[in-house]
Amino acid sequence: MSNLTMAEKPNFESVSKPLLEVKSLTKKFGDFVANDAIDLVLEAGNIHALLGENGAGKSTLVKMIYGALQPTAGQIIWQGQIVTIENPAAARELGIGMVFQHFSLFEALTVTENISLALPPHLRTSDLEERIANLSQDYGLPLNPRALVVDLSVGERQRIEIVRCLLQEPRLLIMDEPTAVLTPQEAQALFTTLRRLADEGCAVLYISHRLEEVKQLCHDATILRLGEVVAQLDPQQETAGTLAQHMVGSSVHAVSRQDNNQAGDTLLQLTNLYQQADTPFGVDLVDLNLEVRSGEIVAIAGVAGNGQGELFSALSGEVTNQDAAAITIQGQACGHTPINGRRQLQAAFVPEERNGHSAIGDFSLTENILLSRHAVADDQTPLHQGWAGIKRAELAKVNAEVASKYDVRSASIDAEAGSLSGGNLQKFVVGRELDRQPKVLIINQPTWGVDAGAAALIRQALIDLSRQGSAILVISQDLDEIFELADRVAVISRGQLSSSYKASAISREEIGLLMSQEKSAPANEATAQGSS
Amino acid sequence: MIDYEAIMLTIITASTPLLLAAIGELVVERSGVLNLGLEGMMVMGAVAGFAMAQVTGSAWLGVLMAMFAGVAMSLLFAFLTQTLVTNQVATGLSITLLGLGLSGLIGSGFVGMPGVKLESVSIPVLSDLPYVGTLVFGQDPLVYISIILVIGVSYMLKRTRMGLIIRAVGQNHNSAHALGYSVIKVRYACIAFGGMTSGLAGAYLSLVYTPQWIENMTAGRGWIALALVVFSTWLPGRLAAGAYLFGGVWILGLYAQGMGVPIPSQLLSSLPYVATIIALILISTNRRLSVINTPASLGQGFVPDR
Repeated sequence: MSNLTMAEKPNFESVSKPLLEVKSLTKKFGDFVANDAIDLVLEAGNIHALLGENGAGKSTLVKMIYGALQPTAGQIIWQGQIVTIENPAAARELGIGMVFQHFSLFEALTVTENISLALPPHLRTSDLEERIANLSQDYGLPLNPRALVVDLSVGERQRIEIVRCLLQEPRLLIMDEPTAVLTPQEAQALFTTLRRLADEGCAVLYISHRLEEVKQLCHDATILRLGEVVAQLDPQQETAGTLAQHMVGSSVHAVSRQDNNQAGDTLLQLTNLYQQADTPFGVDLVDLNLEVRSGEIVAIAGVAGNGQGELFSALSGEVTNQDAAAITIQGQACGHTPINGRRQLQAAFVPEERNGHSAIGDFSLTENILLSRHAVADDQTPLHQGWAGIKRAELAKVNAEVASKYDVRSASIDAEAGSLSGGNLQKFVVGRELDRQPKVLIINQPTWGVDAGAAALIRQALIDLSRQGSAILVISQDLDEIFELADRVAVISRGQLSSSYKASAISREEIGLLMSQEKSAPANEATAQGSS
Repeated sequence: MIDYEAIMLTIITASTPLLLAAIGELVVERSGVLNLGLEGMMVMGAVAGFAMAQVTGSAWLGVLMAMFAGVAMSLLFAFLTQTLVTNQVATGLSITLLGLGLSGLIGSGFVGMPGVKLESVSIPVLSDLPYVGTLVFGQDPLVYISIILVIGVSYMLKRTRMGLIIRAVGQNHNSAHALGYSVIKVRYACIAFGGMTSGLAGAYLSLVYTPQWIENMTAGRGWIALALVVFSTWLPGRLAAGAYLFGGVWILGLYAQGMGVPIPSQLLSSLPYVATIIALILISTNRRLSVINTPASLGQGFVPDR
């Protein structure tokens, strides 16, 4: 079944058993079949992609291979032997290592302590520190073994996870969406490390939804949909489009967008915006300048943790600014104004975290609508009568509209927000704000962790809103999304914002360079010297 | 003149039950469990220890029995909160109420009986040294045990793999589970250890401090010990210092009252809590410190996804 034609694929003298073979592996949670008779073969020295939408069953499959879940039926065959992987420790003993998407690190412990927890108990701390230092240097993953994790960046935290796996000399390394938190350049460095590991004979199971990346890195691919294997293929022979088609099951509705050459009045303006972080580990915003005009979408690119959250809070008014003039919405200075005052200026806000920030999981959908819209005067029909009570019928009407217009699927029309799947909840929180037809929309990570169908719907809705004359600011870490949406792009790095560029005139590489830019002070000095 | 050695001795006697109960709770909380049943486990230790010593005439058998009673109460707490994943705060409170009630019932026949006192150590010559003799060499054995426990726990948490695992479980139980550690087993063990030291603390009250049984004789010391753990920011060294400080304030207040200085006793008995509130404020003003010191999953039940 191996149709691998890659030139750089290592040769194996013997047609020996595959490293790992999974046969009709099935996992049921109650009546729900998360994995239905999955077959998978991993060869040593191969980088194998595991593709699928959210909820396709990738994590379930990987957790069974890593021993974190037990299969309901089926076999796992490791180097020709049927094995039962009872727990992650047993998986590690076999030589299976895993780098998690959400890091399983302990913030209050040092790098060495974190790594030591995953290794056999007899290693001495000083020896381990030395091994970590050597190995991280060897693979180009610089780490200080004595640093506390709480002080490290996201990229550094990922290095800990990788070094932790490598120290166990794994035969199979599982990576769950490793590049989600990396700059394009950091991602390239990671690919170099992975290729080297593969050349050394290690197998890599690589989970990602970034198809370009998979094409670039992986030797073969398995695609899951709704818990079943729908295709096993060579990604080199496919295009990103055909891969996406396999994942979704039908062709993805392409987002249509015309260039907008006639941006109107400035509706949102930042002028010398400074904001001290409210936690010691937050990022200070330093001298941000930006304007967003009627009819255009401006995207702010950047790697997680560079001030996006702080910028969103400053713009939404969840954190107010000392300088009233630093932020204007529709020409009104509103740095001092809290969130509801800004909503009354016809602005709307969608934060990154949908469950717990955008919406309260234990509340029903109608209640969640009231939460973000109770103070807004621009609704034709008020949703409540002050202290006198809530207009349930009006709320239900809005909810029904949002549900039908934005295709929100829930068990019942007024379900608890927490019972919706991620994609549906995101469609709901976006729809709730768009239903108001806001003049200014600020949205952080509009389609994070959302399946392709829902993402396309949300993106199209954003484009349509902007073409009706609203100003939209999108904060996103997903460059594909940015190029799909944005008229202009600026990059946030360490709390500083680059100037904005026309999306059609800037490349991914240029954005990547802006992302990883050091504080702009030296650059300014250089230009100052040059001009003097 | 005031007899300083006598004052120091009473301070140590007043502080030791706090220290014993708190050092166990510190380990429990480091593993991410909040056991508010401290008072109940202590008072059960006190009555069980007294009863056993009374019946057998051996104070040491009483101490063993007290430890056993504390462990039994803590295992009930562990079963409820870890196996059945009940709410830890509510369960802890009911353990306290259960302990207070049950100990009254068990002890009703022992009220007013003469107790058996655990004898102090007496090392010839050394115990007779002026000023420090009794203080350093003439204490009762539980005082030494409490100090050994503090040093042992401190070493265990900081230097051993067991301590690392306990801290990891308390920091992030999901990650610890993902790495293959049994969160529930670690917590059961820590809770049982906490029960054992609470039992010891109870035994100290009924076999050393006042060798008799009085209903509710813990008199809120379990709550002070709980406050002490927070006050110490979960560090054993600071915990010992805090225990002697709280005990010292208490005894000095008594002396002051005895000498006619008008300090309301209510004010003194509220001091540990005031100190704890101040400590909490100091911790929370510095996020980095609070991340490093506070067990992040404190009080959260753990349910592995199977």
